[in-house]
Amino acid sequence: MIIGVLKEIHPGERRVAMAPSVVKQQCLKNAHSVLLEQGAGVIANFTDDQYEDSGAEIVETAHQVWERADVILKIRPPEENPETGDHEADLLRKDACLICLLNPGLNSDLLQMLAKTGGTAIAVDQIPRISRAQSMDVLSSMANISGYRAITEAAHHFGRLFNGQITAAGRIPPAKVLVIGAGVAGLSAVGSAQSLGAIVRAFDTRSSVREEIQSMGAEYLEMNYEEDGSGTGGYGKTMSKEFIEAEMKLFAEQAKEVNIIITTAAIPGKKSPILITKEMVESMIPGSVIVDLAAEGGGNCELTQPGETCVHKKVTIIGLTDLPSRLPTQASQLFSNNTAKLIQHLSQDGKLKLDLEDEITGAITVVHDGKVIWDPDKAKAVVEKQVQPVTQENVSKEVPAEPTVKETKNGTILKILAWTMAAVLAGLIGFGGSSEFLSHITVFVLACFVGFMVVWNVSPALHTPLMSVTNAISGIIVIGGMIHLSAEQIILPAIAVLIATINIVGGFMVTHRMLEMFRK
Amino acid sequence: MPEGLITVAYIVSGVLFILSLRGLSNQETAMRGNLYGVAGMIIAVLATILGGSVGSLGTLMLVMLVGGGIGMFAARRVAMTAMPELVAILHSFVGAAAVLVGIVSHLESGFLSGTELLIHEIEIVLGVFIGAYTFTGSVIAFLKLRGSIGGKPLTLPFRHHLDLALLLIGVLFGAWFVNGAPEEQLMYLMIIIAIAGLLGISMIMGIGGADMPVVVSMLNSYSGWAAASAGFMLSNDLLIITGALVGSSGAILSYIMCRGMNRSFISVIAGGFGVAEGTVAVASKEDEGKEAQATSAEETADFLRSAKQVIIVPGYGMAVAQAQHIVHEITKNLRNRNVSVKFAIHPVAGRLPGHMNVLLAEANLPYDIVFEMDEINSEFKATDVVLVIGANDIVNPGALSDASSPIFGMPVLEVWDAKTVIVLKRSMATGYSGVGNPLYFRENTWMLFGDAKESLNKVSALLN
Repeated sequence: MIIGVLKEIHPGERRVAMAPSVVKQQCLKNAHSVLLEQGAGVIANFTDDQYEDSGAEIVETAHQVWERADVILKIRPPEENPETGDHEADLLRKDACLICLLNPGLNSDLLQMLAKTGGTAIAVDQIPRISRAQSMDVLSSMANISGYRAITEAAHHFGRLFNGQITAAGRIPPAKVLVIGAGVAGLSAVGSAQSLGAIVRAFDTRSSVREEIQSMGAEYLEMNYEEDGSGTGGYGKTMSKEFIEAEMKLFAEQAKEVNIIITTAAIPGKKSPILITKEMVESMIPGSVIVDLAAEGGGNCELTQPGETCVHKKVTIIGLTDLPSRLPTQASQLFSNNTAKLIQHLSQDGKLKLDLEDEITGAITVVHDGKVIWDPDKAKAVVEKQVQPVTQENVSKEVPAEPTVKETKNGTILKILAWTMAAVLAGLIGFGGSSEFLSHITVFVLACFVGFMVVWNVSPALHTPLMSVTNAISGIIVIGGMIHLSAEQIILPAIAVLIATINIVGGFMVTHRMLEMFRK
Repeated sequence: MPEGLITVAYIVSGVLFILSLRGLSNQETAMRGNLYGVAGMIIAVLATILGGSVGSLGTLMLVMLVGGGIGMFAARRVAMTAMPELVAILHSFVGAAAVLVGIVSHLESGFLSGTELLIHEIEIVLGVFIGAYTFTGSVIAFLKLRGSIGGKPLTLPFRHHLDLALLLIGVLFGAWFVNGAPEEQLMYLMIIIAIAGLLGISMIMGIGGADMPVVVSMLNSYSGWAAASAGFMLSNDLLIITGALVGSSGAILSYIMCRGMNRSFISVIAGGFGVAEGTVAVASKEDEGKEAQATSAEETADFLRSAKQVIIVPGYGMAVAQAQHIVHEITKNLRNRNVSVKFAIHPVAGRLPGHMNVLLAEANLPYDIVFEMDEINSEFKATDVVLVIGANDIVNPGALSDASSPIFGMPVLEVWDAKTVIVLKRSMATGYSGVGNPLYFRENTWMLFGDAKESLNKVSALLN
């Protein structure tokens, strides 16, 4: 199978779809051949020599790649080449397969163009978010890089250090960073800001990510409103009006305090929600920086200009949409690792073989056999199917609680019986007892309750010492023996005193010995 | 010494006993609590002597010195692992003393008449009955804990009916005793003592070894009630207060433990709760023919070396092998390698509640890495290696999943959630409750056979 790699023609795009190390792997391990358009990796710091050394064949024009390759790899969706006047989508052969980012939700015209060629198109941005497909998930890899770059971009525009220091020239307070949305990009930003020494706070509508935020060392911002925003496919869902109001209040408070805000709330195929209003921006400390990772969908900040960096009243707002491309070497490496895994998944015996019944293949194949077969609900369905068995297992685990019910029923009967008996006994005592006996009963009952209250909170580690000390104390029966010890009754009381004394001395000393062992 | 002063002294010692129990519920105040108890006892004894009601002071001194000497000797000599036995046998002394006091009290009751005599006689019957029951019950518990008699519950046919019959006969003789002619009364009293003794034997024999911690605690409570009833006989408020304190606190302690084991408290008081009616399952059918995987000290050391988090679950086997010191060595070693080591203590691990904590404390383990079951159960999932040292029933997954298991419903340490479980055990024999353990047949479980101390010594040497 011949895999073709094209040079990106989108202005400003620096990545390349396959790194030399992956070329080597495809050629040697998988016995594919790789065809590379001349200079494809130059901006990403991969020279043609490196590719040739890895086993790729370098061709001069893109046309040669389109004509010969069975699988064509690129990064950006096909577009018109301003130099030659051709549209890339028209070049797809009937028996070839294009693998790249396609964003099918927004590019229906492009899909139609691709369908006309009769070839196959695979959209790598449609990979379902299930664990089996994680190694192929290009979006996660790119988001990871975006999160890192968002922090370094912010640091570049921020006129201060991130970490707090105490120097001879005075004290430097640490920067405060707020990350909104703790997906892959958000968490990556949290980690990067944290490692630069900033104080990091993060917020997400999905309460399930709290632990992930805390595991990265950041503070999870609480909001006084209960609603969980876990949507399908690993993205957040749209929240209720009340929730959004509470959320906005939280952001407004935070805006006055933090130096850097990173927003990552992108909803696939939709306009990004506005989370940071103009007023909030104006309330920020001069010199603050906002990085809007949702700029591609319009941005989470009201003032974001997609693709641009602008300054509004001393607050820098970065709306760059090409953050991964700004780390081209790393981004290309990760992209090509992901697509290599994908190609492996799609091929059988060295040939591409699409099994549209497969949940991954089915979700990402958007154009096939002259038709657009993209179904926006497919990716979601895959995720839901994955979730179900887990809940079922949880339910069956909880079942064995049943058998205790019967016992409690018995318990209530016994309880009623005990109370009745206590009442009868109380009546008998009240009628028949002498006043001396009654006073003894009073003392007895009160002492019972004291005993009850006193040990109720004993820590489990002290059960044994407690038992041994109560045992020693119950040796008080020695007094009974002592009172009876007289000239005519000597043997029995003496034995009673003897064994009770053994108990007292033994009990207290053993307790002492045990307690001495507890350190600290 | 005037009567009023004695009463005041008794009140003081009563308060000291309360403070003593209170102090014992917390680590920081425990030592002081014990001293309060000692002080209370000394005051009580001195007040009684100075009160002038002791007839023969010389005999008293002699007897107390001898008794004190024996007690001191026993407390000094006993090994920490034998603590449960010691506590059990001490309970039996209180029971026996209560019986003796009851008999003497009867012999000297000539000056009473009418209702007072009636009440007095009822008190005597109750006192000796509880005393005798506590005595024989504690002796049986002592023998079971020592291993002199088997841990398995003795299940006589119609056991519960037999117990009930004994109780009724006891009540019958009690009635005869109260109404009987003075010359026959002593005989009846002896019969009552014999019956109560038999009842104690029968009930405690019917309880399986795994439930001994609760039994010991319950007998502790009974010994308190015996003291309280002696107080009623003698019209002595201090005895009543102290007896009631011990009785109720012992009952609460048993209740707390029952809750830990998911047992019904009522059926504990009734005795013979150790097994569900029917036979004891020896091993679950699924595991028949399956073989457990054995491992070596070398492999165990490798597992530990490459782990990030290790949880150690000690059981009675660690106590028997006296392995707590070597466990501490291994813990120190692993902690120096930045391996997180925690201890998971089941509420009924060992033969007494808190038994394991005492042993670990003896080995000087810092108690901030020792956790109770509820605190640590969720952590097994994130744990690389669990080292189960001579524990069985408390790590039995059957307690959660197998409704036919006698220990079904008892909360257990969910060690099987960890990546690797290493079980140190002498053989594949069943635990004290006589139930097979499916844990040993799990894929992530490895058995390290042999004496815990020897095995751990080897592991420790390999780690160094």
